[in-house]
Amino acid sequence: MEMMRKERIDRGIKVRTEGIYAISSYREILYLMGPRLLLIVGVLVLPLFLELVPYWKRVINIMFVYSLLALAFDFLANYVGLVCLGGAFFVGVGGYLSAVFNVYLHLPVYLSIPLATIFGAVFCTITVLPCMPLRGVYFAIVTLMYPLLATRVIEALNILGGTNGITGVDSFPHEYAEQYVIIIVMLLFLFGMRRFVNQDIGLVIRGVKDNDQAVRASGISVTYMKSLAVFIASFMCCFGGAYIAHLYMWAGLSLFALDFSIIPIASVVIGGGGTLVGAAIGSFILVPLSEFLRFFGTFRIVIYCAALTAFIVLKSEGLMVYLQRKYHQFERWVRV
Amino acid sequence: MEIIIYGVINSITLALISLGFTLVYSISRLPNFAHGALYITTGYITWLLVNKLEGFPFPFVIFISIAITCIIGASIYRFILIRIRGMEISEIIATYAIGLAILEGLRWGGLRGMTFTLPTFSSGTVNIFGTNIDHQRLIVVGIGICTFILLYLFTHFNKIGLALRGIAQDERAAMMLGIDSDTTAIISLAIGSGLAGLAAVVILPLGNIIVEAGYNVLIFAIAVCVIGGLGSWAGTILASFIIGFAQILTEVFLSSHYQMVVALLAIIVTLLIKPSGIFGKQKELEERV
Amino acid sequence: MNDDIIISVKEISKSFGGLKALMDVSFDVHAGEIYGIIGPNGSGKTTLINCITGFIKPNAGHVSFKGHNITNMPPHKIAHMGITRTFQIMRPYYSLPAYKNLIVPLWSPRARKAGGWRGGGKHGDRDTVAVDILEEIGFERDSRVPYKLASSLPTGYQKRLELARCIALRPEVIFCDEVFSGLSMSEIASMLPLIEKLKMDGITLIMVEHRLRELFRVADRVMALNFGEKIAEGNYSEVIEDKRVKEAYLGSEEV
Repeated sequence: MEMMRKERIDRGIKVRTEGIYAISSYREILYLMGPRLLLIVGVLVLPLFLELVPYWKRVINIMFVYSLLALAFDFLANYVGLVCLGGAFFVGVGGYLSAVFNVYLHLPVYLSIPLATIFGAVFCTITVLPCMPLRGVYFAIVTLMYPLLATRVIEALNILGGTNGITGVDSFPHEYAEQYVIIIVMLLFLFGMRRFVNQDIGLVIRGVKDNDQAVRASGISVTYMKSLAVFIASFMCCFGGAYIAHLYMWAGLSLFALDFSIIPIASVVIGGGGTLVGAAIGSFILVPLSEFLRFFGTFRIVIYCAALTAFIVLKSEGLMVYLQRKYHQFERWVRV
Repeated sequence: MEIIIYGVINSITLALISLGFTLVYSISRLPNFAHGALYITTGYITWLLVNKLEGFPFPFVIFISIAITCIIGASIYRFILIRIRGMEISEIIATYAIGLAILEGLRWGGLRGMTFTLPTFSSGTVNIFGTNIDHQRLIVVGIGICTFILLYLFTHFNKIGLALRGIAQDERAAMMLGIDSDTTAIISLAIGSGLAGLAAVVILPLGNIIVEAGYNVLIFAIAVCVIGGLGSWAGTILASFIIGFAQILTEVFLSSHYQMVVALLAIIVTLLIKPSGIFGKQKELEERV
Repeated sequence: MNDDIIISVKEISKSFGGLKALMDVSFDVHAGEIYGIIGPNGSGKTTLINCITGFIKPNAGHVSFKGHNITNMPPHKIAHMGITRTFQIMRPYYSLPAYKNLIVPLWSPRARKAGGWRGGGKHGDRDTVAVDILEEIGFERDSRVPYKLASSLPTGYQKRLELARCIALRPEVIFCDEVFSGLSMSEIASMLPLIEKLKMDGITLIMVEHRLRELFRVADRVMALNFGEKIAEGNYSEVIEDKRVKEAYLGSEEV
């Protein structure tokens, strides 16, 4: 009886592109740069296509916001080891701060968003600080509470507009500004984070996930590193929140909604955890899908969760890893 | 005096709600974020059975719905969690997603508005020390106390219960003695879900069945377990009393808006001061690597 | 060997619940010496290291380093002062190549202040410095060993990587937690010169060991622990002949 097994081998072109030979011919360069160029160009050109279907403009804007959030979650969970189930907290903080700057302090849009992002990130890092020493499970549990706590506090104290929220937030000066701001920021962070996690400082942060005792024994304060990571992640999410506040011209309790916590997680799981790009791809799939599913009302959350669970259990490596494997390697059956 | 009585009632209610969650975590190290969902599910099933199937005796209906919840809990483990056992992050996300799916699914399926109620076991009030208390609340307290006692006896004198405790204390050693960790996980999840169901059946008659209650139950259960120390029973009871009284006091002196805030703040405070909870045993031993 | 006492441990005690892991352990280590700690399994050796290096808080007692009290300091501060340790259960940063594992200690404030290893080595040069360190401790550069994934290295190399992680910090003291365990005779034989070299560089080594014969070759003084108590101290031959030590290991009155 013949036994067959599957064998995976790197594609020839992949091997050729490792090292100096990567620039030896157009074909090799295209192999490496192709997917990235496709992504960048595709995303930059998208708004022009959207002129044809104006309804989708807002959806796509939201999609890019979600991809930022997913990026932040992927970074925190898979590179630092901090599973933050309450990303909506960061979003809400950014959104409310931006609204406050814009409406109460009368700052223009191009000031309120950056300021909200920076101050929001600082605020979030400080509030999450008590949770830093916690082990994975505890951290997840507690961060889950943060957005819930925020909503109840705002409701109970009736501050910041209470249940009505803050209205009268300025919108962007021009539609293209609205679209390209988020696209460019998203691209910057996507490639920036990729660079970052391979820098020395990024390696140290990743070391915290693998073996935090060893990092301590190397004379580095793990709490400081985690705070830095949370600052970066909340920076991204606060920007997203600030952007949304100006997109909808309103900042309300819905900024702390479950959606902002769950969809990034689902995007990361489906798109492939740990790849950063996967997070973005996942949201590119999920958000338009959720628009289609709007018809189903709250049932769409059931669908996300079911998909999420299915992916975790069955294909936990996610799409991106699967695609990367297909791109770089080929499989064949060999006789044992 | 009223404060003390309501404090006790509230505390035992909290303890009853959290018992299922603590049990599953201390035995199988599984944070069952679907706990709140299972709670509401039992309530809904009971409502369905009571209203759609006339003529069945009430105790029978309760028994059936709790049993169904146990089966749901066990299936969650058997078909989903068993494949991701050991990967904490995935467990949390998966149970959270399942819980969310159940709750939102129920909401979509019609569980909206204030019209869903369960019948109380017995209506009428009783006067204790000058305060009027509903029978139902007394029943909650009674069942709560009975459940604790029964669970204590079960885990200390019954073979299966002892096996569960064995796994809770040292998984490897118990496995070496032939206790299968997956089977115990299924059993513990079944019992945990059943406890959630029991709590639902007894407590929901005091109000309505609403989906938000599912989230609230989850938050309370987590609060109690984190404060009491994940893995400790005495801690769970003590923590329920602390939170229970804190809530009643806030309700009396501030306003009832703050009930949830109290629970959430308590979690954060505990994590700042003593992360492993009051009686938690885990943190010290972590450092030993 | 000079007479400066670099580490002074006074009456350290630690209990885990009812289990008394350490009871009033005291000892002094001179600068530049190799100090061994031996004892049967469960005698508290790793707990002792954990208490001194800040990973566990002792219930009682003091530890001082060059006169400064370091009891209860957090582990990263202690490492920053120059006391490093290896881990018995090694977990290198698996997905990274061997030399990248050293980036973490080289990035630390202490290594940055010291300006890298023997001159050179600022930001971009960390990679080069890392490979240099690995070469010094025996990773053959030519065979590309430093570039292999840490998880694919054999045990001997992983142990050396652990030591390299400590060395990269330019420490004054290294606590070696059973560095010889799990190694073959030839692997140990190639580690010994490394130990000697560290001593020649002026680094104080405190070695917890199970492999007594190997320890004998390098240790200046040795302390024996049993059930959390210090039962003997002195140079190697004195301790080995001590009755209580023999009883602890062999368990009988007559040998």
